[in-house]
Amino acid sequence: MDKFTQQAGSLIVDRLIVAIQENKQYLSDIDGAIGDGDHGINMNKGFTLCREALDKQPGDFTYGLKTLGKILMMKIGGSMGPLYGKFFLSMGKALEGVDEIGRDEFGAALKASLDSIHAISPAQVGDKTLMDVLIPAEEAYSNAAAEGLPFGKALEAMDAAALKGRDSTVDMVAKLGRSSRLGERSRGVMDAGSASCYLILHTMADTIKELLA
Amino acid sequence: MQKIINDPSCVVDEMLEGFVKANSELVSATENERVLKYKKAPIEGKVGIVTGGGSGHKPAFIGYIGKNMVDAVAVGELFSSPPAQMFYDAIHEADAGKGVAILYGNYAGDNMNVAMAMELAEDDGIKVGKVVANDDVPSAPRETREKRRGVAGEILMWKVGGAMAAMGGSLEEVIAAAQKAIDNTRSMGVGLSPCTIPEVGHPNFTIEPGNMEVGIGHHGEPGIEVAKLETAGQIAKRMCDVILPDLPFAAGDEVVVLVSGLGSTPLLEQYIFYGEVEKILCEKGIKVHQAFVGNYFTSLEMAGITLTLMKLDDELKECIDLECNSIGLTQYPKD
Repeated sequence: MDKFTQQAGSLIVDRLIVAIQENKQYLSDIDGAIGDGDHGINMNKGFTLCREALDKQPGDFTYGLKTLGKILMMKIGGSMGPLYGKFFLSMGKALEGVDEIGRDEFGAALKASLDSIHAISPAQVGDKTLMDVLIPAEEAYSNAAAEGLPFGKALEAMDAAALKGRDSTVDMVAKLGRSSRLGERSRGVMDAGSASCYLILHTMADTIKELLA
Repeated sequence: MQKIINDPSCVVDEMLEGFVKANSELVSATENERVLKYKKAPIEGKVGIVTGGGSGHKPAFIGYIGKNMVDAVAVGELFSSPPAQMFYDAIHEADAGKGVAILYGNYAGDNMNVAMAMELAEDDGIKVGKVVANDDVPSAPRETREKRRGVAGEILMWKVGGAMAAMGGSLEEVIAAAQKAIDNTRSMGVGLSPCTIPEVGHPNFTIEPGNMEVGIGHHGEPGIEVAKLETAGQIAKRMCDVILPDLPFAAGDEVVVLVSGLGSTPLLEQYIFYGEVEKILCEKGIKVHQAFVGNYFTSLEMAGITLTLMKLDDELKECIDLECNSIGLTQYPKD
């Protein structure tokens, strides 16, 4: 059975929280090179607030995603609050009422997340933002699904494209966001948003594969 | 880290607590702990003025709350845009039924969070408008002025927008005046030493002693060039050479000059710098209508200075001259 239940899926949100908490310093250090060094702090704050909310009132995968999305959007601010807020909220909404999540259900949710960010940000591939990870990752996933590959393989394709996307930002010149004002001087450093986006997609892929096993 | 703080992760909340206690005659806390308002806001019959942004720029943003100035402010984490909820709550605190103008600086996060807050407020039936400050010349070329960030020129935008609202202007008139103010304003900064966000614990960039970062941003964004540190006169000339042709400012113009330290540059140096700026303006036949020199818009303890010029017409002059009272800026009635 290549599906996981809403109930089991709550583990994905748990793991996302741990991943961000454990990488707080790493994300801030990357951000410090061409940004202001607070990316890890703000992400950690949002994900930790979500941990507290879920400890008080636990729920399934959709509930966890929506809780995370709402907290990031309403309480965190910066650019990452609204962007990741929309990301998780849209994913949660797309999965609402879906009892068992398989390859196509997850694919539709990933696409909904991507679309929700497109709606508030003009970023495209090559701008040195988290979209350099999310756009190719979603594309790789949907291509794998279209080829008829199973859920696990589609996740691996997503994960690999996300990693490649993250590393591609190193050699880019930022075109959007705070570091865009640096021009050539933003080259040679990884984009912090792309690092956190990879971390999120990678953690999702790993945890879902574990749930499918 | 040489800082007088308690818990590094609580600096914003603890600062707000102290700020409200120290300035209770002018500002008050609201239900949202990250939103402060003018004690008398919302004011019947007046368009509300809202701003907001990351913390670390004291006296901006909350220091400009006051009479004929800003009505409510959304307060973000250090150098990080406040979330949509705070802008939304600030709009509600400022709204007296005549509409609310949100006057803020051009940063990706602020743009997204303000847009979401405006959408929510419109759903509630509140009339809202916005002006996005983009006065920092070195942050983007003239052809793409819409990409430039907002810096100390925001203060003059609040002053003009706040005055227009106080004089009974409609939302459209307040927005038009604030837009005109920022369209006629140009700024530039130089940085001499970095600053440290307490929770990060170390400076997030370095400036070698003897150097200066030309065109530095308000969050330590590296500038357009690292140059050898120069004299006050040379720095003033360098900045005027960038700012003056950009608008352009020309002989016969009347201007407001705003010089702000970035945090740890003493007033003594700021006045030396101002003297040099005024000398250059005088040589070019540009008349200074009013000068503001002080720590108006800072970046924690960064050393450095920003120069802002605004070209005046009769309407802008009337708005600048209107009396106002806030912690950051006070204008006494002109005789």
